[in-house]
Parts: sequence; C-alpha cells; structure tokens
Amino acid sequence: MDFGYTIWIFVLPILSFLAIGLLGTRPALTGRSELLRGRVWGWIGTGAVFGSWLLALVTAYRYFFVLGTPDGHRPVVFGAKWVWMRFSEHLSFDMGILLDPISVMMLVVVTTVSFLVHLYSTGYMAGERGYARFFAFLSLFTVSMLGLVVATNIFQMYFFWELVGVSSYLLIGFYYDKPSAVAAAKKAFIVTRFADLGFLIGILILSYYAGTFDFQTLVSAGGPVLGGPAGRSFMGLSVFGWALGLIFMGGAGKSAMFPLHIWLPDAMEGPTPVSALIHAATMVVAGVYLVARLFPLYHEVDGGAILRLVAWTGGITSLIAALIAMTQEDIKRVLAYSTMSQLGYMMLALGVSGLHGHEGLGYMASMFHLFTHAMFKALLFLGAGSVIHAVHSNLMRDMGGLRKYMPVTHLTFLVACLAISGIPPFSGFFSKDEILAAAFERDKLLFVIEYAVAGITAFYMFRIYFGIFWGRERTYAHTPHESPAVMTIPLVVLAILSVLTGLVPFGEYVTADRTPYHGHINWPLALASIAVGVVGILVAKRFYQRPNDLPARAAEMWGRWYKWTRDKFYIDEIYQFVAHKIMFAGIAAPVAWFDRHVVDGFMRGLGWMTETFSLLIADLQSGRVRQYAFVFMGGLIALVLLVLFVTGLLNG
Amino acid sequence: MIDGVGVYDIVAVATIVFFVGVFGFLTRKNLISLLISIELMLNAVVVNFVAFNKYLYPGRLDGYIFSLFVIAVAAAEVALAIALIIALYRLDNSIEADDMDSLQG
Repeated sequence: MDFGYTIWIFVLPILSFLAIGLLGTRPALTGRSELLRGRVWGWIGTGAVFGSWLLALVTAYRYFFVLGTPDGHRPVVFGAKWVWMRFSEHLSFDMGILLDPISVMMLVVVTTVSFLVHLYSTGYMAGERGYARFFAFLSLFTVSMLGLVVATNIFQMYFFWELVGVSSYLLIGFYYDKPSAVAAAKKAFIVTRFADLGFLIGILILSYYAGTFDFQTLVSAGGPVLGGPAGRSFMGLSVFGWALGLIFMGGAGKSAMFPLHIWLPDAMEGPTPVSALIHAATMVVAGVYLVARLFPLYHEVDGGAILRLVAWTGGITSLIAALIAMTQEDIKRVLAYSTMSQLGYMMLALGVSGLHGHEGLGYMASMFHLFTHAMFKALLFLGAGSVIHAVHSNLMRDMGGLRKYMPVTHLTFLVACLAISGIPPFSGFFSKDEILAAAFERDKLLFVIEYAVAGITAFYMFRIYFGIFWGRERTYAHTPHESPAVMTIPLVVLAILSVLTGLVPFGEYVTADRTPYHGHINWPLALASIAVGVVGILVAKRFYQRPNDLPARAAEMWGRWYKWTRDKFYIDEIYQFVAHKIMFAGIAAPVAWFDRHVVDGFMRGLGWMTETFSLLIADLQSGRVRQYAFVFMGGLIALVLLVLFVTGLLNG
Repeated sequence: MIDGVGVYDIVAVATIVFFVGVFGFLTRKNLISLLISIELMLNAVVVNFVAFNKYLYPGRLDGYIFSLFVIAVAAAEVALAIALIIALYRLDNSIEADDMDSLQG
C-alpha cells in the first residue's frame, strides 16, 4: 500500500509558513490593502493545516483499518525515505516518514489540535499586532512537530526536536515588547537547551556504539543494542544505559519533568492558543513520545534500570505539580502545572510497562492518555483563553459567576474538567484507569502516589472551574460576552472529542509490540478512582461554589505547607541560588576576573611595552639628512670592518 | 688607454674622488654643495665601470653602457634636485640642510 502522499501533510504547512512569513509580514506589501492586513493570513494558515488534517485522517484510516494486521501485528511502513547528508559509506543522515501505530496516532493528534487552534486563533488574535507573524510561527511549529513524530531515525528526531524548541521560543516571546514574555522565552529555551545537551550526548554515545541512527535497527531484537554483548560498563551501567539515561534527560526537559520543569509555568506568557497547542497538547509530549519510540531499549537495557528512573521521575513530577496547582491564582499556571502532572502520569505509565500482551498495559495506557489528554487539555486552555479574552485577566480573583455570560465556554470547560478528573464516560476516565491499573500491578507505592494525585487533580480543576464560573459575583468594567463562533466551534469540537476519544478501543491499535491487545476495565480500581475523583470535586464544590471562609481557614490551618506549595516549593529560588551564588559568583566571576586581568593584561602589556619603547627611540628620526648620512656611513664602515675581521682579511 | 697607467692607479683615483664626495656630503651644509658631492661620488663609480670593463672584459661594452646610463640619470637627477632646492628656498628662504627637518618622528 502506497503512503507516498503523506509527504503532503508536511508540504502544506511549509508552504503556508513560507507564504505568510515572506509575504504577510511586509508592511510595504500589506500596508495598502485592507484585505491583506486583515484575516487572510490566518485563513491561509488554517486552510493549509486543514488540508494536513484531512490527509492525516485518511492516513490513519488507511493504516489502521485498510492495512490492518497482515501478520498478526501492525506493520511499520515508510511514506518516504531518502539520504539527506552522506558523509561516508557507513555514516549518513536520513530523512523520511515512518508510519507505525504511535506515529500515525501522533499525526492525528497534532493535526487535529493544530487545526482547531489555528481556527480559534483567527478569532482570538484578531486585531493583534503581528497577526501574520503569529500564523507564520504556528505553521512552522506544526511542520516541526509533524517532522518529529514521523522521524525514521534519531538524528531526524533531534533536528525537528530543536525546531519545535525554536518555534516554542518564538511563540512564547510573541509579545516581545513585554519584558516578562522575553524572560520566559529565554528561560524556556535555555532550560530545554540544557536538557538537549544531554540528549545530544546520549545520541552520540548510542549511535557510536550501535553504529546506526535508524530507529528500526536500534529497537530490533537482534539489533546492535539488544542482540550484541552488553559492552563495557561505567559506574554500574552499560554504555547503552548511560546513553538512554542522557536521552531521557532531553525528554525530561521537553516534557517538563521535575527538576527540569521550571520553564513550563513561565511559558504561559505566550498567547493562550500557543499554550494550548505547544505547551499542553503536542510539544510537551515529545519527551513521552521519545521514550515510547525507544521503548524496547529502555525496557531491556540494564534490566530496565533507566525505565525505573523514568517511572519515578514521572511519579514525583505528577505529585509535585499537582500540589503546586492547588494553590495558584493564575488560571493558566494552574493548567500548566496540571499539564506537568498529567505528563508525569504518561512517563510513569511507560516506566511501569512491559513489552508484550498484558504486561504492556502501561505503554498502551501512556499513549492512550497522551491521546485523550491532548484533546481535553487543549480544550481547557482554549476555554481559559476564551475567559481571558472576555475579562482581560489571568487571575482567578478577577473572575466569578461567568456561567451566565458565557454558556458555551462554561459547558465545554465543565466537560474538560470532568474528563481530566476521571469521571466516566469522559475520556480521561478510561486512560487514567489504565495507568492506575498498570501502576498497581508493578509498584504499589507509585500507585498510591498516582491515586492521591487523581484526587488532587479533581480538586484543583474544580477549584478553578467553580472559581471562574461560580463563586462570587463580580461587577465587570464591561459585561463579559461569549466569544465569536470561530472560537466556540473549536471548543465544541474538542468537547465532543473529549467524550468520544475515551471510547476508542485503544489497545486494538497501539501497543508496545504492535500486536492488538484486548483490554478490559479493572472495575474495582476504576470504582476507587471514580470515588477519589468525586471526593475531590465535592470538596472543591464545598470550598468554592459559593463565597465562604473555608479556603482561608484551610490555608490558615496548613500554614507553612500552604505557603510552600503557593511558592512552588521554592524550586525557582533554588535554581536562582545555584545559578547566582554558585555558578556566577563561584565559577563565572573568577574566570571573568582571570580573563580580564591575566589574559587581557598580558595582551595589554605587550601593547604598552611596544608603545613605550617606540616613544623612547622616536627622537632618532630627526628628519635631518646629514645626520642620516653620518649614521649610514658609520654603519657601513662598521660592517665592512666586521666582514674583514670575520673573514680574517684584516689580520693580513 | 694611456700606457703605463694600471688599473690600480685608476681605482685609486676613483676611490679618492669617491671619498672626497663622501667627505663633502658629510661636512657641507649647503644643499647645492651636497648635490655636488653626490655628483663626485657618481663620477667615481663611472670611472670604476670604465676601468673594470677595460681590464676585465675588454671585448664587451656593458661597463660603457652603464656609464652612459649613470650620466643620463645624473643629469636628470640634477634637474630634479635643483628644482626641489628652488622650491624649498621659496618656502623657507634657506638652503641650509640642517633647517630641513620637517620629516622628523
């Protein structure tokens, strides 16, 4: 079956990026025409991604339903594959399109969310300065993300990995005249760049010892990593173990895992549709996707030592993020921490997974949660954007009682909150239940953490839900109104998807060994998780539905703990301390002093010596010809005498 | 060539003339005198050319031709130098060599 047309999924957004970026941002070209200054650029971008979306859906249909499982498991197909740079006989960088269950699923997720966010942005960004620039960056991001998910080899993945980092940087700093946005963009770029250093070193170690970049060769059972001898080891881990650990560092940076998460909350400085697309649904799951892509290696190498690291990183991140999310005032930050927490779930699910059959439940659950989370978290962000659009503030204390003014936003937001809280029949219930089941079978302590996090999640999501749409009635400067149709239609579509995606029999399509697996719901666990979700919701309802003094009293009671979570466990301050006191004052400042005084001093000393000596002998050049003639004559006579003396002629 | 006069005599005369020129160049202060001293040195060289051509390579003309060149160049040099000296005189009202020190460092 031919999948060659899949190249068009990329070409369309590339064309729209070039068209909008090259033509739309030129005042000389667009200044005269009302049409060109207006929404036409938004519609070009949206149209291109719409085309990609249709193609991705066709691809998914053909891959999952027409191609099916020819020999019992789902095949790996190449839509395209070519050598990009050839260095030698054995070393070349390839580019291509690899289609397997997870990449096809990601194609659908990325194009769906991207299309809806494009559509939403045509309304949300209307009248903003830099409208065309925004859509150019959005298209660039879409291309990069699509290139990342279909990467045939780890080098191509790294290439697009950095491109999504760049587009994320550009979009976080979209309001570049706002200092906080610029700082956030830099922070995001530097923190992820730091993590990517680990990723790069990991890639180099892995491909040096394995001799290939290619994913198919790397993960194959008889391949260079899994088939060969364990190789030499260093500090208890084999070289491949170290490589995988370093690669996971890159993934942890991109997916905002503790302790590399500090950039994600600040990234909320970007426009809200950007937060929905990049920092909730697609880019931040790249780390999870990376681990899933190399999953057989993580599972086998060093007896799964790195996989346990993945599981615990995920577990700790989800707990910390959930605790912080409970006390934040800015609704976008609550959503950012909630994203971190859910990403922790996905990592943990991968970490407790096995390879085959029922053992592989965690892998399936992780991808399932990735899929459902993309839908309901994008919905939450777009809903929050709609609210922010109406009240012109991010802060919960400026909101309240909005359900009367914004019915569509209210209902869709409620759907998303129920989905993330794990209430059936909304999608989050199904995926989260699978994760809890997988954790329960592998590690009881992690299960307890995740179970608690499920309750906390329900609490903080309904805290902001009640805080925004119920709570105290406000008097607004101008009455809030429902957003225009281009903004509410994506909300409704995502709400429908948030309900329906849970019903997909995901194990049929995506599993660790690409063999269909017939999952079933573990009802005792499911009932327990529903119970904790409902408890969380009820507590939030009691606290925040109507104004009362319970929240204040609770804050009083928890005292120091409340302050700790509100100040985000002082992790930013720790980074600040390490960066300023240790790295700047302890290392950078002495090195700078050495550079300024010793290195520069040496060079300046050379200049000073030359200058002083020159001034000393400058008077020899008197300008008087006769003096020169004397010296010349004297020198000549001296030379002649010297030659005569040396050759012995003077002595006869 | 004059009988009884050897190459040593001619070279001795040329050396004397040359060092008279050197002495003049070092001791005189007038620019015209310096010019005359230079001419003395050049003529000493010309005499050497002719003498060595005669005694070392009698069948060839290189030395004579060089002499002619030197004479032509000396004539051109004198024309130029006199012009410069006149220009300097108009500028400073002086042709003392020691007054000309505007090229000092």
